[in-house]
Amino acid sequence: MTADGRCVWLYAVTGDGAPAPAGALAGVGAGPVRPLRAAGLAALVGDVDQREFGEAALRRNLEDLGWLEQTARAHHAVIEAAGTRGPVVPLRLATVYRSDAGVLTMLRDYAADFRAALSRLAGCREWGVKAFAAVPDPGPDPGPDPGPAGPPDDREDPASRPGTAYLRRRRAQLTSRTSARQEATAGAQAVHAELSRLSVSARLYPPQAPGLAGQAAPMVLNAAYLVADEQAGEFAAAVTDLAGRHRSVRLGLTGPWPAYSFVGGSDAGGSDTAGERR
Amino acid sequence: MTELSPAIGDQRVALVDLLDRVLAGGVVITGEVTLSIAEVDLVTVSLRALVTSVSALLEDQDDR
Repeated sequence: MTADGRCVWLYAVTGDGAPAPAGALAGVGAGPVRPLRAAGLAALVGDVDQREFGEAALRRNLEDLGWLEQTARAHHAVIEAAGTRGPVVPLRLATVYRSDAGVLTMLRDYAADFRAALSRLAGCREWGVKAFAAVPDPGPDPGPDPGPAGPPDDREDPASRPGTAYLRRRRAQLTSRTSARQEATAGAQAVHAELSRLSVSARLYPPQAPGLAGQAAPMVLNAAYLVADEQAGEFAAAVTDLAGRHRSVRLGLTGPWPAYSFVGGSDAGGSDTAGERR
Repeated sequence: MTELSPAIGDQRVALVDLLDRVLAGGVVITGEVTLSIAEVDLVTVSLRALVTSVSALLEDQDDR
């Protein structure tokens, strides 16, 4: 940390040729974003206050959902803006250096890895696809059976008695719900297989908890795909087509995202073995 | 009816999708240089806090 209580927040690494970010863009901690250049690369950084972003403060603040959201959105805004000007390698949230010198040393140390990652990501964007089990519409609660409304049925078939008929319908509902879940899982696998074929790389995230995604239905796929820009139209069309063909799932498409999910899990650039980290 | 969310761009990204990416994606630099904040255990703790907080917020709506 510098003597004046500032430390350096790292957003992303880009090629040196990329234009500097617009000065108006406020980053994490509302500070301006500036490039640090070394080894043919530019690290996008901003100064943050040690009292809020120093190690102890960070550990505390990361547990605060409001703080986390504000910080994550600011981090993302800078990376997304940089991504419109060329390939970017995003840094994990809360990568903080004590000084510019540390960032510059890191850039030089990992220059080859960053360059490889930038070259691999050029002309590609990340797209997110989530699938939810399409719970069959239970329809109105069968409720107490009002009894045959039509002409009276003379047969004393027990199955036609109101209570029995209700239980039978209720069981059919529950059975169809279980099999819907199984069909949804199979549908999600088929969707993922087809979308993987249209993408450069794919990565699976754990399904989000029900409710978190704003859906009561269980999530059966939470995937990210790295797609070449010239294939983006085909990819989106494929999602629409798959949504029509696999009625067991409801699909949601998000993006394009900066390639957060395809820069490896550790050590600058990483490999392209998406989904196999740790 | 199958529901297909349109690609975003004109709307804020969902926080939960963003946190998937910024907390579990992105390059992690290891070594002597950083404050070692981006460690997995910390992120795990944070996500647990998030799930708890957001679940509580959404609890009422879940019963729709």
